[in-house]
Amino acid sequence: MSGIPHDHYEPKTSIEKWLHRRLPVVSIVYDTLMIPTPKNLNWMWIWGIVLTFCLVHQIVTGIVLAMHYTPHVDLAFASVEHIMRNVNSGWALRYLHQNGASLFFLAAYFHIFRSIYYGSYKAPREITWIIGIFIFLAMMGTAFMGYVLPWGQMSFWAATVISGLFGAIPGIGESIQTWLLGGPAVDNATLNRFFSLHYLLPFVIAGLVVVHIWAFHTTGNNNPSGVEVRRTSKEEAKKDTVPFWPYFVIKDFFALAVILVVFFAIVGFMPNYLGHPDNYIEANPLVTPEHIVPEWYFLPFYAILRAFTSDVWVVQLVSFVTGGIIDAKFFGVMAMFGSIMVLVLLPWLDTSIIRSGKYRPMFKWWFMLLVIDFIVLTWAGSRPAEGIYSIIALAGSTYWFMFFIVVLPLLGILESPSRRPVSIEEDFNQHYPEMDAETPETESAKE
Amino acid sequence: MRRILLASGLIGLLFGISNVHAAGPAGHIEDISFSYEGPFGTFEPEQLQRGLVVYQEVCAACHGLKYVPFRTLGDTGGLDLSEAAVKTFARNFEIYDEELEDFRSALPTDNFPANDSVGAPDLSLITKARSGFHGPEGTGLAQLFKGIGGPEYVYSLLTGYTGKEKEESGNLLYENTAFSGGYINMAPPLVDDLIEFADGTPSTVEGMAEDVTAFLVWAAEPKMMARKQMGFVSVSLLILLSVLLYLTNKKIWAPIKHRTRTED
Repeated sequence: MSGIPHDHYEPKTSIEKWLHRRLPVVSIVYDTLMIPTPKNLNWMWIWGIVLTFCLVHQIVTGIVLAMHYTPHVDLAFASVEHIMRNVNSGWALRYLHQNGASLFFLAAYFHIFRSIYYGSYKAPREITWIIGIFIFLAMMGTAFMGYVLPWGQMSFWAATVISGLFGAIPGIGESIQTWLLGGPAVDNATLNRFFSLHYLLPFVIAGLVVVHIWAFHTTGNNNPSGVEVRRTSKEEAKKDTVPFWPYFVIKDFFALAVILVVFFAIVGFMPNYLGHPDNYIEANPLVTPEHIVPEWYFLPFYAILRAFTSDVWVVQLVSFVTGGIIDAKFFGVMAMFGSIMVLVLLPWLDTSIIRSGKYRPMFKWWFMLLVIDFIVLTWAGSRPAEGIYSIIALAGSTYWFMFFIVVLPLLGILESPSRRPVSIEEDFNQHYPEMDAETPETESAKE
Repeated sequence: MRRILLASGLIGLLFGISNVHAAGPAGHIEDISFSYEGPFGTFEPEQLQRGLVVYQEVCAACHGLKYVPFRTLGDTGGLDLSEAAVKTFARNFEIYDEELEDFRSALPTDNFPANDSVGAPDLSLITKARSGFHGPEGTGLAQLFKGIGGPEYVYSLLTGYTGKEKEESGNLLYENTAFSGGYINMAPPLVDDLIEFADGTPSTVEGMAEDVTAFLVWAAEPKMMARKQMGFVSVSLLILLSVLLYLTNKKIWAPIKHRTRTED
């Protein structure tokens, strides 16, 4: 692997040499684990491990659940109850899998916002960032299809509403919708293909994750100071970094264990808190639930989808210009997908030469507003789309786009950055200054 | 109602915005303190057994319980009936046997029969399929502290009849303070002294409603005790693991963070 200079694996015994000449697998594992990692990484860099755990956890619990689940409209709901009541520890698998999706998205959101704050998407890490967005999209698809499988009321109606989005595409929309659903409405064919894809997509995600890790192992990690690791020599690089194992593996595992305390408390004591009661009612195409709401992790995007109604002047303008081809519904769909796709362009929308938000006095505030905006959108997505809620959702959606399209490009020009450390070592030493000879003795005596 | 406060501070931080789904315009929901609530709450077998009698004598006339196998009535952590008692109880129900192409009395291996004779909902999952507490303003905080409130909804519905009736397109509707819309199709199912309990418990409307609700909570979540035990064990072990990892982490980082001034 190129990048930061460090010690590479040297096969020593004859068996190691024999294997290394044929398949350098030990070398790959060694280089991955021993990769020099900036030593100033803070607690926001733990989410990668949490996400890796989530992926493995969802795949393992999911594979066992699939052994007992039946993807048929007449049997799916009953088979989930079979898992909950008759399968050994089936209830545990099911609740872990169900709540695991929430942990997965929570960690993904922290991970994404950390990248935005510390400029992890900037050159040379654009590929890592873009692959990350694709992983996020694949996660959304997987989670959505997984939610349909229990075949409850919310499953069915979520599938109906979301597939209806494709129906909003002018001209070809209805054909696409029919093709996706395998028929004119959500039915057995839909359930079957969703099950198939829900099983497939996590492995696509796993593949993308490998590329994601490969990419940032090539460029090296970003870090809170945004200053690159010095790589003129191994000695200099060593001043800025420590090997991933054991320093960050143990640190990340500690963080993961703390997060899992909360996760298992939720699974053990309140497993249905994040779910919707209506999904314990079997799907019924003849009865529409009073409010169709997605899971919490889709709410911000759901708010954006519903925000652009036909009384918004932008929508009216676009509708007029396109001769009515783009109506309010299609506009909303484009806004929703656009709100994620705009992230792909982020590396080029951000004009600032400074990577880390720590040294960008104006960016900090706009970023904080973006986080609040995201939370407000999550909340607005859960409310009925009427009255004050519509106005809040519209304002929130507008800021989401404004931040990326207007604020970020301008900030790079208008803002004067504060002083940055010259090296990671300097940044680290600011937090942990060197001590006089006696002090460390007392420090270690305490341990 | 005792709250699930364990880690709720952290949960609140992590999931500040969470399950926020608004359900219908809920009526008045009574907050009942059930024995199974909280991380350490357990079912009372006697209460569940009384609830089973109420279900059998009252609810079963119109409602099914199709996902619940009779044999689970003998499970520990639930009703805890003896094997013989389960067998005897199952015989009270007739189920359709597809092999015989006829009805026969039920065996412990059968499920409770479904019942849609009057279109009433199946009760297997009713306490998880309803919610009683909402808000404020869709933040889900009420549910964090009081629970989702499905059981409270069922209880409030059973005790929420005012006695007022009205006729609407040939149907008699009964005013109910818990039901959204205010009027419900179901006639008041419980009256005082309806049932004579074997253990001599007086049968009041409130008492029976509480008992049958507890029974239905068990029916919807028969593994609740095992689940809480798993929660307790895994949370304890993970706290221990966290402490160990914290100390390990501190130790390995110490030489990196706390350096002596050297020749450079």
